[in-house]
Amino acid sequence: MAFDFTLNGRKVHVAGVPPQTTLLDFIRGQGLTGAKEGCAEGECGACTVLLVKANGSGSAFVPVNSCLMFLPMAAGQEIYTVEALANGGRLAECQQAMVDQGGSQCGYCTPGFVVSMFAEQYRPERSGPCDVHALSGNLCRCTGYRPIADAAATLGAPAADRFTERMQRPAPSIGAVNHGGFLRPTTLAECFALLAAHPGARKVAGGTDVAVESNLRGRRFDALISLEALEELRVFRASANEIEIGAGLTLTEISARWTAAPAVWHEWLPLFASPLIRNRATLGGNLATASPIGDGPPLLLALDARVRIAGPQGERMLPLDQFFRGYRQTALQPGELLLSVIVPEPLPALARFYKAAKRRMDDISTVAACFAFDIDDRGVVRRARMAYGGVAAIPLRAVEAEETIVGARWNESAVHRAQDVMERTLRPISDHRGSAAYRLALAQNLLEKFWWEQQAEAAA
Amino acid sequence: MKIAGHPVPHESARGHVTGEALYTDDLAGRFPQLLHAWPVLAPHAHAMLTQLDASPALAEPGVHATLTVDDVPGENDSGANRRDEPLFPGETMYHHQPVAWVLAETLEAARRGAGRVHATYEVLPALLTIPDAAGAESLHAGPLRLHRGDPAAELRKSPYRLDGSFEIGGQEHFYLETMASIAWLDESGGVAVHSSTQHPSQTQEVVARVLGVPRHLVTVECLRMGGAFGGKEVQANPWAAIAALGAWKTRRPVRVRLPRVLDMALTGKRHPFLARYSAGFDEEGRLLALEATLYSDGGWSLDLSEPVMWRALFHLDNAYYVPAVDVSGFVCRTHKTSQTAFRGFGGPQGMLAIEDILDRIARRLSLPPEVVRERNFYREGQTTHYGQPVKDAGRISAIWQQLLQTSGFAGRRAAIAEFNAAHPHRKRGLAITPVKFGISFTAAFFNQAGALVLVYRDGSVQVNHGGTEMGQGLHTKIRQIAAESLGLPLDAVRIMPTRTDKVPNTSPSAASASTDMNGAAVADACDQLKARLAPVAGAMLGCPPDAVSFSGGTAHGRGNPVQSVGFAEVVEAAYRQRIALFAQGYYRTPGLHFNQKTGQGEPFHYFAFGAAVTEVEVDGFTGEHRVLRVDILQDVGDSVSPLIDRGQVEGGFVQGLGWLTLEELLWDAQGRVATAGASTYKLPSWCELPEVFNVDFLERATEPGVIFGSKAIGEPPLMLAISAREALRDAIGAFGPGGVVALDSPLTPERIYWAIEKGRGNLILQTTADSGVIRA
Repeated sequence: MAFDFTLNGRKVHVAGVPPQTTLLDFIRGQGLTGAKEGCAEGECGACTVLLVKANGSGSAFVPVNSCLMFLPMAAGQEIYTVEALANGGRLAECQQAMVDQGGSQCGYCTPGFVVSMFAEQYRPERSGPCDVHALSGNLCRCTGYRPIADAAATLGAPAADRFTERMQRPAPSIGAVNHGGFLRPTTLAECFALLAAHPGARKVAGGTDVAVESNLRGRRFDALISLEALEELRVFRASANEIEIGAGLTLTEISARWTAAPAVWHEWLPLFASPLIRNRATLGGNLATASPIGDGPPLLLALDARVRIAGPQGERMLPLDQFFRGYRQTALQPGELLLSVIVPEPLPALARFYKAAKRRMDDISTVAACFAFDIDDRGVVRRARMAYGGVAAIPLRAVEAEETIVGARWNESAVHRAQDVMERTLRPISDHRGSAAYRLALAQNLLEKFWWEQQAEAAA
Repeated sequence: MKIAGHPVPHESARGHVTGEALYTDDLAGRFPQLLHAWPVLAPHAHAMLTQLDASPALAEPGVHATLTVDDVPGENDSGANRRDEPLFPGETMYHHQPVAWVLAETLEAARRGAGRVHATYEVLPALLTIPDAAGAESLHAGPLRLHRGDPAAELRKSPYRLDGSFEIGGQEHFYLETMASIAWLDESGGVAVHSSTQHPSQTQEVVARVLGVPRHLVTVECLRMGGAFGGKEVQANPWAAIAALGAWKTRRPVRVRLPRVLDMALTGKRHPFLARYSAGFDEEGRLLALEATLYSDGGWSLDLSEPVMWRALFHLDNAYYVPAVDVSGFVCRTHKTSQTAFRGFGGPQGMLAIEDILDRIARRLSLPPEVVRERNFYREGQTTHYGQPVKDAGRISAIWQQLLQTSGFAGRRAAIAEFNAAHPHRKRGLAITPVKFGISFTAAFFNQAGALVLVYRDGSVQVNHGGTEMGQGLHTKIRQIAAESLGLPLDAVRIMPTRTDKVPNTSPSAASASTDMNGAAVADACDQLKARLAPVAGAMLGCPPDAVSFSGGTAHGRGNPVQSVGFAEVVEAAYRQRIALFAQGYYRTPGLHFNQKTGQGEPFHYFAFGAAVTEVEVDGFTGEHRVLRVDILQDVGDSVSPLIDRGQVEGGFVQGLGWLTLEELLWDAQGRVATAGASTYKLPSWCELPEVFNVDFLERATEPGVIFGSKAIGEPPLMLAISAREALRDAIGAFGPGGVVALDSPLTPERIYWAIEKGRGNLILQTTADSGVIRA
């Protein structure tokens, strides 16, 4: 019922803490008050801390939202907070740059920015200047970001120091946890046994959705079963026929492993979420939570993905378009797990992802669309996939609209035919993200935009 | 080297980047026996509380006490300007209004305890929109009125006339640090409160009122705030009062901190407005007459809504001379959070109205909007519609001309026309707009400030003043002012956290005037100290006192710079001569007056000027947009702290951009805030940072009569973002055949999309929200 983890180089023993306590609350209770709670839902990044995660034979510092980690998720992990970055009175390079550029005003978001910036400077595969999008999960209400961007721009490769030294050594591996209803099995068999023993348990992987439910809506779970330590969910296999992506891999891990990922993946990834979220969120979680406005489903529906599901009785395979059964409901039976997502090869020749939201980045979709087409030499559509989020209670393919254009020439009149079908078949709702009429218009217009951009590219 | 005028980092920058800078809630771990508070929330927008039994909460393990109206020893009211805010209401006036509080050993236990409290309600009808409230004559105040000449007659004579109305959305402050207080009983029978408040003296007043004790028993301290923007000018008070009441009842320290979703559900916002207007103008676009009525959504209580409306009316002219004016304002009473101060304080809403009018005039006459705007500028010698001469009116044109040049405006106009002709589905727009913003509290009595400067025998200095630090850089500027005044290096001067037992009866840090006022008070104290030290130093240097100057940490005699004596030596000598080494400083802004009955006076010490050029690109498929380039020229006088001032300009602009293009406050039909969280209410993020962002200050702009010749900077830049709204209008217009483009605010992608469709002559479909309320 107790566990340890490493905090700023010192071992911390945890016992008797309620399992849904956030890592943020805990470290603040330890007197490390640099990390702040700005939103408690992973939007603002004021709570950012570093996890030491495996990178080849060494390690990397991975920034995450500590408000979205239940404390037992930290078991066995090695964590650094902003307090660890300065060496005595000597500021870390990114801290000094923030001071010099006027990168802080009220200062409340600043520790989070500093931690994200530090992680970006020490990111192993980084070359060239700091990518300011590495800071896109941090919100600042005072500066307007310009001086923070300028501070990031001054940072080159880190000098050899105790952190670069740490990166040479392996990261800790995480093991089993049993802490006040938070259960982290290490094998599938154990996991199925736990699921059977706790039928009301909530499964949790990165926690970027479940923790929001806990923090904002006060939802308390009798049992939480963490899938983080299941190696079976962390496969990544690319073969000639398909790519298999473990449901438990984070978006960041998938991106690092999928070296031959298509352009549409790279288009989709930054729109999906900030790095702070992508460093924890899993593809399996994004599918299993079955939000009608999740961004994973449109992409994977358009790529004709299948899901591999495992249960105590064995495995089964399901096309993704049969996985979503109703508002936040899936085909997963009690006791079953999503093991992996399989994307068949060859990938469609032409694929684009679009996301319309109030804010261009780091927002939840009003409507998301992924279009994946194969068009032959004569301009005839051989395969068409139009997959949407935000137009119904579930993510879906506009199958009838697809059918109107397959076998026909890909031209403006095909676009209009598909739009007419959408007018008839899509039934989006009105809410604070947009009216039903606007959502329908977006669904139609994004297809036209897709067509238009192809014409513009072809002309160029 | 001069210290004032030098670009120095924020005074707490090292603390910010290391995490060592402490905010109110960071102190929680320092209080053993701390109790955590959680509210019992009313589930209706408007209801009578028919029964309340808090005692079941006490059965929850860890719950220590409850707070209800029966626990209030003093007055059950936290209202700032009117006693209309019961801390424990009998009639609940907005959704989620707290009716009781639970105090427990952990926040979790308090929350569970609150869930056990038994409350019953009789639901009453709720007013949720300005039109509904105005129709029901549900008003907090109004009409407030300013007028000049006979606009009705002038309207009849005008060659052209324009009538219109539009809605202006509110804005959530979204200070990163939510409301927080910790209160405890001090060692001598008093109550001490740490509060994230812009107005510690008023927080002290409200705590004393609720406890029924004299104010000398209450000490309020504000370390610093993680942002405030007006949201903590009066609305920090109830939470501090609950913490203090809890400490009073339980004799234990009590912490009240609102998590984000509660902060957004319970605290006030920038006022939504509805503007109706009629303008008369000539064929060249010159304004001849203006009649306007502004309605604000004040929410459930008066709060600061009246001065906010006054400021909106004062700024309906923005930078433009209107010969005949009649403008009125009404503050509507709705069953929503009580809307409050927010950077600009009504000024932005007023300015938005006149800029809306000028753009429509320009498009009606097929003239470039920038030409029409310029034709209407105030000229030297003209007065505002409330009778105040526009001092330095020539700066409006000077800034305008310089910015048109430096931004390459004319060339870019042509390039944009070319771009738009080549791109049917993407259009660019360009606009320049001015800002003239009046500086001073319009409540004249607030325009006073105090300071207490303490010099220790080693020459180190503590500065206390009435202002609070919320990120605006006030403490940085004050430190520069004190160091400059005493001739000391910056690190010899320490700015102390703001406390009501150091400087009493202070004004809020607001109205952009904190440096002007507190800086002048600190300089006054420093000047007194120098006057006392000069004879001592003169004796040491062998020169008369009036030949002594202080700089670089030393005192020297005029004409004899080699011979000097260290500041600490002078101070020690003064101490031994029994000379007081501390001084109180005081400042009152001269010459302010305004008569609300006649609507005439000079409410402002001076005007801050600026202008901005913004270029945007709009996607016709979705209504989404990008800000391509922003050029700003701002009049900051002689900047005390250029790094701070630039930060205020950039940050204010982006915050204004958020208000006008992104941040959409919505309520549902039950009166719940539908966008009460960071995932549903979107602040500007990295992608809203303009791709090119040029900021310059007007040169040779010394402001006489203000500390070190500087000018206020906190609020004015926010309104520079109106240029982005006008640029978007320009781009939207480019999709269609031209003509007037009517727009409500904010310009979300959906609003832009429907405006484009309307311009294209397509059918207009329903939008999500009607007056900020989602209708299913």
